[in-house]
Amino acid sequence: MEQFLLGKLTWSALPHEWFTIGGTGAFFALGAGVIAFLTYLKRWKWLWNNWLTSVDPKKIGIMYIVVAVFMFARGALDAAMIWLQQILGASNVPGVLESQHGYLSSNHFQQIFTAHGDIMVFFVTMGFLFGLINLIVPLQIGARDLAFPFLNTLGFWLYVAGVVMINCFFLVGGEFGATGWLAISPLSELQFSPGVGVDYWIWSLQVSGIGTLIGGINFFVTILKMRAPGMTLMRMPLFTWASLCSMSLVITIFPILAITIALLTMDRFFGMHFFTTNFGGNPMMYWNLIWMWGHPEVYVLIIPSFGIYSEIVSTFSQKKSFGYSSLVAALIGVTVLSFSVWLHHFFTMGAGADINAFFGIMTMIIAIPTGMQIVNWALTMFRGRIIYSSPMYWFFGFISTFTFGGMAGVLMASPATDFQLHNSLFLVAHFHTMIVGGALFGIFAGITYWWPKVMGFRLNERLGKYAFWFWLIGFFVAFTPLYILGFMGATRRLDHYDASTGWQPLFIVAGVGLVIIMMGFAIQILQIIVSIIQRKENRDTTGDPWNGRTLEWATSSPPPFYNFAVIPEVTSRDAFWEIKKQKKTHVKYKDIELPKNTAMGIYLAGFVFLFGFAMVWHVIWLILASLIGCIACVTIKSFDENNEYTLTAAQLERMEKDREKYNFLKADVLSS
Amino acid sequence: MKATKDLPNEKTDNHKAAADERTIFGFWVYLMTDLLMFAGLFAAYAVLHNNTFGGPTTHELFNLPFALAETLILLTSSFTCGLGMLAAHKNKKNHVLAWFAVTFLLGLAFLGLELSEFSKLVSEGNTWQRNAFLSSFFTLVATHGLHITVGLLWMSICMGAVWFRGLTPGITRKLTLLSMFWHFLDIVWIFIFTVVYLMGVM
Repeated sequence: MEQFLLGKLTWSALPHEWFTIGGTGAFFALGAGVIAFLTYLKRWKWLWNNWLTSVDPKKIGIMYIVVAVFMFARGALDAAMIWLQQILGASNVPGVLESQHGYLSSNHFQQIFTAHGDIMVFFVTMGFLFGLINLIVPLQIGARDLAFPFLNTLGFWLYVAGVVMINCFFLVGGEFGATGWLAISPLSELQFSPGVGVDYWIWSLQVSGIGTLIGGINFFVTILKMRAPGMTLMRMPLFTWASLCSMSLVITIFPILAITIALLTMDRFFGMHFFTTNFGGNPMMYWNLIWMWGHPEVYVLIIPSFGIYSEIVSTFSQKKSFGYSSLVAALIGVTVLSFSVWLHHFFTMGAGADINAFFGIMTMIIAIPTGMQIVNWALTMFRGRIIYSSPMYWFFGFISTFTFGGMAGVLMASPATDFQLHNSLFLVAHFHTMIVGGALFGIFAGITYWWPKVMGFRLNERLGKYAFWFWLIGFFVAFTPLYILGFMGATRRLDHYDASTGWQPLFIVAGVGLVIIMMGFAIQILQIIVSIIQRKENRDTTGDPWNGRTLEWATSSPPPFYNFAVIPEVTSRDAFWEIKKQKKTHVKYKDIELPKNTAMGIYLAGFVFLFGFAMVWHVIWLILASLIGCIACVTIKSFDENNEYTLTAAQLERMEKDREKYNFLKADVLSS
Repeated sequence: MKATKDLPNEKTDNHKAAADERTIFGFWVYLMTDLLMFAGLFAAYAVLHNNTFGGPTTHELFNLPFALAETLILLTSSFTCGLGMLAAHKNKKNHVLAWFAVTFLLGLAFLGLELSEFSKLVSEGNTWQRNAFLSSFFTLVATHGLHITVGLLWMSICMGAVWFRGLTPGITRKLTLLSMFWHFLDIVWIFIFTVVYLMGVM
């Protein structure tokens, strides 16, 4: 009976260690603070009606970014704990390593390591990306909403469910997977990881991964089917192109992630033998499957940033992009080639010289379209009147880090070299250079660039540039020692080492770098606060603060909740540049239909979360109950045909005269 | 302006038609992602199907006439599903209900046969825990069976909707998606029949 009601849950699952008590306390304090604040301001109803249940991609985009910022703080805390351990982890007693190594147990260190990687990839970078794509792509293609507004809110809430799941172990369970960010098998099998840590990993990624897949399908269909009349594929803005490439990768690889994690679940839940070391299981199949997802995934992260850089370089050089077609070709080239390089993550598996050579060569080839874009950006700037604003700073920072990291990557693409560097800190430094210096810098550039469009006022430039310098310098101080340490033989997931290796000073330098990066992050938060205080001075009244070229700048800032009263006709690339040159003609308004808000995404994601939680703890009744809940939600939603409302031409005309009042941040929901 | 011809239609009066077209296109994309999921399962089966760990091989386990019967039942159900859609486009409510009822029963029969095969295997001690081959076999075939179960559930809900609300445009669109799903499962089963049963017995 107890087994039926509670599964594997016992009293010992409640927090009783310093980090789980601390984590739970922190989350409760945060939650209580938010609840008190909202109650004090009497904003509960407003929050629910105007934000949480909203299907407006602009609002969902902002919510994605808010969650991603919180998760960045969590992931950065993990990074700080890792670095502190590595600084303290040098043992001065020769041969007696176990007696003295830092302040964390090995197992706890590995859990933090896993959480740091997963949070930074799935809940920070992906969150930022989906946020930016939600905010900008519909505006860039001249659409009012997405192809499937409900699936967008559902995808967001599944992402939130994944966020809750990955933090859930603080409150219940007390352990996360100690297996590395991809739960390498056979370590992640029941035999070696009997606790619930891996199960939390499984369900956090499975739930948020399904949300990502749904989002990918949604944007793929939106970009292909909902562009403004006249916007052919080869007239699309480059960020939209990059998003299309990234989303086609998402819909190709996330099914593989889902099935790989599902097979691991089969092993752990039903006692199957896909990746076990006995009964005929094949652990290396897990590596192949997970990296067939994992390598394209890093391109999912970086490709949208390529698009952001293209937009920024063109805008701030005040020229059209040099070689638009070749930039598109490069994006497509990277997208296609990214499927043929996954094996370079495990050259040491011993697949044979021919196979290693093939994947090594493909890995080198993929550098060509990537490098092509850098040439294009350089030629876009050539003879342009470059404005050195902070988005351009991030771009220049990206060029330096990305070229550096790219060369490290090509170096490791040679299997012979990789045998030396496999799983070393050199590799860790390489992919941080690509993801931080490539993807994250692009996201920061994009947020600075599009902030006035979304919020209606510009960010403080001076603080933005300070933040950039802290990030860039901190980045090199933090990661250059890791390249050196990698050559000296330090491996990843290293929680203690002999002091005679002489590594400790380099780890200390890296720790200093982290502190500098954190100061950069603090300045960014300060920048946002200061900019909000100074919003009157920095207000963007034109809707076009940077003299932009693409359609998102054709709306007011912030855009009205319906984006475009009349969908613009596109006659060329850089559509808004053309519109600006023409005289404004008289517009004729028509009735438009917009999607109604719905809370069903929240309910459905809630049941999916409960399902995952029940699977972690083997609570059979809750598994069944949450499944029934999911089916009920889907059925009710699919037969609700009253999910749109109409804005008449007259209403639209009135709203257009007073756009300030009807911008999406202010307008109260008209639909519910 | 040759290129504008095939552009998406955004006019308000065509709003509903464009939304329908997007839904069907989106469902195609979903089906392709589901197909990739099955591709992962097929790959796992291809890698593991000889890893019997001393247990029975594919030759000893599979019964070809039985699998052929399952196949024919599922193919017939696809045919009756198609007839149901033809009736839906002609707006004949009772015909729709009748053909989908037949499809439902055939699907149920398929599921019954599959479960009886599973229970026979399990009763002989050949469970999914015995070896990697059986793990991958059960997962691949049962995932298809799970899809069939979802399809049957969906079908019964749709039939209820047709019964009570009639063939509204919204419900006809749902039937279209359902039939696409059903044909898709048929195609996946053809691959299972070929890769698992035919190649297993050959």
